[in-house]
Amino acid sequence: MADSKPRIERPLSPHLQIFRPLPNMVMSILHRITGAALYVGTLILAAWLIAGATSPDAFATVEWALGSFLGRLVLFGYTWALFHHMIGGVRHLIWDTGHGMGAIGREQLTWLTPIGSVALTLLVWIAAYVIR
Amino acid sequence: MAELHNRIETPLKRVRGLGSARSGTEHFWRQRLTAIAQIPLTIAFVVLVLKTLGGGYDALAATLANPLWAVLMLLFVVTGVMHMRIGMQVIIEDYAHEEGPKFAWLILNNFFAILVGLACVVAILKLSFGA
Repeated sequence: MADSKPRIERPLSPHLQIFRPLPNMVMSILHRITGAALYVGTLILAAWLIAGATSPDAFATVEWALGSFLGRLVLFGYTWALFHHMIGGVRHLIWDTGHGMGAIGREQLTWLTPIGSVALTLLVWIAAYVIR
Repeated sequence: MAELHNRIETPLKRVRGLGSARSGTEHFWRQRLTAIAQIPLTIAFVVLVLKTLGGGYDALAATLANPLWAVLMLLFVVTGVMHMRIGMQVIIEDYAHEEGPKFAWLILNNFFAILVGLACVVAILKLSFGA
C-alpha cells in the first residue's frame, strides 16, 4: 500500500552533524556505544566461565589470552565501558524521577559520568595490580 | 468517521489491551528494574574478579563453590542478559528501518542473549557444584 504512492521528498529535521556537541549529547551517545560494547563483551565473560567449567587447562588458556597486552587493553576498555554505562544509567534513573533536570543539576550529573567512570576504572585497575 | 465506525471496543478494553502492540510499558519497566539490580551485582562481579585475580582456576572454583557467590553471579548474568536484550532491541528498532532485516536482527538478538545467558548459567552452576 505504501509503495503505491510516489515518494515525496519531505524536509528532514536536522540531525546530529548539525549540532555543536554538547556534554549531554556526547554522554548519551557514549551510553549507547558502551551498552552495545558491553553486549558484545559478554562473549568474553561467557568464554571465561565456560573455559572454567570445561577444564583447568582451558581456563588457563583463556586467562593467558586475557592477561596478554591486547587482552588487558580490551579488559581495560571493558571496565571503563561497564562503569560509564553504570553511572550513566544511574543518571537516567535519577532523571526518570524528574530530579536533576535543572540547568546546573543536569550539567553536574552529566559530567559525573566521564569523571566517575575514569576514576572507578583507574581505582579497580590499581587495586588489581596491587593485589596481584 | 471511519475511525468511529471501526472502534467497537470500549475505552476500558483499549486501556487493558494496550493497543495493537499488545504490550505497553513492560520493556520500559523491566529495563529499569534490571538496571537497578545491575548496580550492586556489577560491583559484586568486579569484587569477584579482583578476589580471584591471579588465583587461576582453583580460586574461581573455590569462590563459586560458595552458594552466595554463585547466586550473585547467576543474578548478575541473568539480569545482565535481560537488560542487554531490551537495550539492543531499542538500537535495532532505531536503525533497522526495513521490516525484513529488522525482524532478522531482532531474532538474532534474542538468540544471542539467551545463548550467552544460558552458557554462563550452566558454567556457573557446574563450577559451583564442583566441575
